[in-house]
Amino acid sequence: MTLHYRGKAKRILSSLGVEDYDRIRIRKGSLVYEGIVIPRPEIFDDEHLILKLDSGYNIGIHLDGVEIEVLEKGKPIQRKEVPSLRFREDLPYVPLIVTGGTITSRVDYSTGAVISHEKPEELLDIVPELAEIVNIDYVPLFAEFSENLTPDHWRKIAKAVYDELRRGAEGVIIAHGTDTMHFTAAALAFMLHNLDKPVVLVGSQRSIDRPSTDAILNLIAAARVAAQGPIAESVIVMHGSPHDDYAFVIRGVKARKLHTSRRDAFQPVNEPPIAKVTREKIELLSNKFNPRREGRSRVELDDRLEPNVALLHVWPGMPEDMLRYAGERFKGIVMAGTGLGHVPRWLIPIVGEIVGSGVPVVVTSQCLFGRVDLQVYETGRRLLVAGVIPGGDMLPEVALIKLMYALGHTSDIEEIRRIMQTNIAGELGAHLGLNVFPPCWR
Amino acid sequence: MDINYEKVGLKVGLEIHQRLDTHKLFCSCPSIMREDEPHEWIRRRLSVSYSELGTIDPAARFESLRKRDFLYGIYYDTTCEVEADEAPPHPMNEEALEISLTIALMLGMEPVDEVHVMRKIVVDGSNTTGFQRTALVALGGEGSGIETKWGRVRMATLCLEEESAYIVESKSERAKYRLDRLGIPLVELATEPDIMYPEQAREAALKLGRILRATGKVQRGLGTIRQDINVSIEGGARQEIKGVQDLDLIPEIIRREVVRQLNLLSIRDELRSRDVKEEDLDIPIVDVTSAFSSSKSKLITKALSRGERVYGIKVKGFSGILGKELQPGRRFGKELADYAKVFGGVEGILHGDELPGYGIGKDEVNEVRELLGCDEGDSFVLVLGREDAAKLALDSVRERLKQALRGVPNETRRALPDGNTAFMRPMPGSARMYPETDVMPVNVRPVLERIKELPPMPEDQVRELMEKYDLTEELAWEIFDDGKVKLFERLSRYGVPTRFLASMLVSMVRSLKRESEPVENLGEEHFEEIAKLLGEGSLAKEAVPEVLRSLSRGEYSSAEEYVKTHRMSVDELDKVIEQVLEKLSSKVRERGERAYGMVMGEVMKEVRGKIDGSIVSKRVKEKLEEFLKAR
Repeated sequence: MTLHYRGKAKRILSSLGVEDYDRIRIRKGSLVYEGIVIPRPEIFDDEHLILKLDSGYNIGIHLDGVEIEVLEKGKPIQRKEVPSLRFREDLPYVPLIVTGGTITSRVDYSTGAVISHEKPEELLDIVPELAEIVNIDYVPLFAEFSENLTPDHWRKIAKAVYDELRRGAEGVIIAHGTDTMHFTAAALAFMLHNLDKPVVLVGSQRSIDRPSTDAILNLIAAARVAAQGPIAESVIVMHGSPHDDYAFVIRGVKARKLHTSRRDAFQPVNEPPIAKVTREKIELLSNKFNPRREGRSRVELDDRLEPNVALLHVWPGMPEDMLRYAGERFKGIVMAGTGLGHVPRWLIPIVGEIVGSGVPVVVTSQCLFGRVDLQVYETGRRLLVAGVIPGGDMLPEVALIKLMYALGHTSDIEEIRRIMQTNIAGELGAHLGLNVFPPCWR
Repeated sequence: MDINYEKVGLKVGLEIHQRLDTHKLFCSCPSIMREDEPHEWIRRRLSVSYSELGTIDPAARFESLRKRDFLYGIYYDTTCEVEADEAPPHPMNEEALEISLTIALMLGMEPVDEVHVMRKIVVDGSNTTGFQRTALVALGGEGSGIETKWGRVRMATLCLEEESAYIVESKSERAKYRLDRLGIPLVELATEPDIMYPEQAREAALKLGRILRATGKVQRGLGTIRQDINVSIEGGARQEIKGVQDLDLIPEIIRREVVRQLNLLSIRDELRSRDVKEEDLDIPIVDVTSAFSSSKSKLITKALSRGERVYGIKVKGFSGILGKELQPGRRFGKELADYAKVFGGVEGILHGDELPGYGIGKDEVNEVRELLGCDEGDSFVLVLGREDAAKLALDSVRERLKQALRGVPNETRRALPDGNTAFMRPMPGSARMYPETDVMPVNVRPVLERIKELPPMPEDQVRELMEKYDLTEELAWEIFDDGKVKLFERLSRYGVPTRFLASMLVSMVRSLKRESEPVENLGEEHFEEIAKLLGEGSLAKEAVPEVLRSLSRGEYSSAEEYVKTHRMSVDELDKVIEQVLEKLSSKVRERGERAYGMVMGEVMKEVRGKIDGSIVSKRVKEKLEEFLKAR
């Protein structure tokens, strides 16, 4: 018996044998309502029933003083008939690794329920263009909101990518929640060595159950980049503007979600996008990328990560014990400092103590754009003396993952310093031309 | 046509859409319509899954929707990320909900306990999201509704929803909308189909409109209230007629709709007597361009030069039917043309009952009939266009022809200015709705508790105006209908005679409007200032129409400024009187004191509005006496 109600409402409804999606008649005072019982999200109160009227509207009815009569038991939601997928010899095989987000689900209009796809055919019902670009298959890994992902999830994704590429995929698409997509993209960049095919992360800022979804263009663009793109890197492919015209290909280690909700929330920091992708074609905007190599992939997997690393956002007046605690609790610390990479004066001795105890401290900037420079002001110079590792033009999140990666391989602080200051996947040493900082009102 | 409405079983329901005078429903942008060009246009597409599409050729509709660009005009200062679908909606505007609940209670409706916002799928581009946010706030019930001369009209539902974007341009490949209108709170009030006579519908619409205005919280002016009319007759079908802005047109629209349905039913009977079957219409579309290889018709040659072709279908047994009049001046062929336009985006159709014509000769018609295989008694329909568009158009025409054999199809129709209606789209099946998961449901109890008392009903407000301010019933209703009750009450404090005040607010504005003055520029602050100046005696009553005229034209920024430039001192007045007396001296001497009227008339010509009439009268009397004495 399924009934998604709790507390008082559950007691009343279950005593009457009411289940989700049953058709019922409710009498309340002089009023009579007829409709379908809709499951109630758990965070709502336990005093109202949600009824879907025949007009399609949902209303909430307070359960005090109601008489309920079950007219008809609910039917299981019908799966839509979809034509089965045909393999096209002329198109490359590109799997879609599913990690979460709504990109692989649809809405059932009779109930409003969001139903996960079971087959890629259901996705093609919404984005039939994909069938013209790739032979697609689903690789379901898990279904998580991306804020819940951990380094373990990144490992699972990296393994799946490795397996699929080794199996002969020409590229891989990863459907991912957008909150932490840039973390995952960066983690893959460090874990996949000798990458010779595109690894494309894609998501949507407007879920795919709405007609205005950005997922259609994003998926078409992602498929095009994965199947045909010359870029063998871990990249994010999402809208490049509020228009539904083109997406940008952004290097994973240089990508940042810079807006909470806009379609073009992901922007590259400190470098231009690598390419612009329309429904029809890929236009390269940069020649600085690792090129695709033909033939079966010879990618290597190196998924040793030390998850015990902290990212501290420095603020004015930040107390000493905050940092002291982090030094004791974690095996490495990344600080998102102010300006050129500074921290308050009183924290510098503690930084020295932490580094002295063998815990590496990397300094990046919460400005995001530009690079840290610890030689300009006295605070910076003192930090250098205290033994911090300057993070160059790395984003704080990227430095965090890179430090996890470095600590996964060694605990020698000088070796860690060397790794952190050596470019591995395009995360370090960008050319900061005057065209890479984007205020819109210029 | 004389119609016995009881006999035809007329049933009418109204749906009234009224914009509320608050900020937008799901963001805090102001509910302001703009006149200026948008600051930027955003280009978007919409999509629905292939298998969700409706009746006529879903595949082709799917394709055409996917290729259709929607351009949205945004204003940086009065629209935000929410209207542009770049951010989630804010919580529902509680003031708008409170007004909606007030209206529901005034109509004796039952509010729901918890309001759930829904997404109603709309893919014509009029919402950036592809759906309209709408919520059912109250239901009718036996006790709800309004009284009319013909009996009670019960209410069905009250919904609070967001207004759609304002359409600027619509073509088959793209449509342009402005986002200033999107998201303005809109109350949708629906009655039960209790209305049985065309005039009753007008009365019901008027009464409902007045109840909405009685709240004092609804927007006023063009487009802020719209009526949709649901009409059906026995044996016919329910039609939803959209976008009626003029109440006086409602009875005529209903009359003409009844006529249309009766005519469609007689066409059905005629076709049945001719033994035409639906399967007779399943005949392939034929390219008949070759019939027009040397055409002299401009219509045809232009289309061919654009690279279009001529496609046709035979319509078996329909000879003479397509030319039949359904409504005054509207033939059946026009209905088919509307389908072709809506589904195929083509300009229209040509049919057998109107050809030869449009420069198309008899030979060409014969050639077409031959190509299509038409026999005696058959007609045909032609469409000019690209293959895909023409095919969609003709498929929809064929579908409409089949419906003619069944009677009257359910349709959503558009009101035309003459009282006729045109096909807009098929009546949507049960709406595709799902919950707006970005907005939490609202418990209405705390909002209901905030409503301490309901505003007085329109009749009571008008009676009070009449009694308290000594106004005629007509004037009081005018003030009410213009939404100026509060303004009037405020202005009455300045000590200006109330009848004059009332006539300033309604009749003077109306006559200026009739003279095409831009009276929409007159704000409450203008009226208030005038009342204040009148009360102080700094402005003459006679000048008020001219002050209003100049203010609406924007010639002066304030009434005060007008007064400064127009006021006349008593000295100046005396000079004018002296000049007049001099000019008319012989006549004045002849008539003596009886010359007063003549002198007064001449003087007023010069000084009207610049100084109070009573002062003028006093000075003219005095000056005239002096003048006569001096003799």
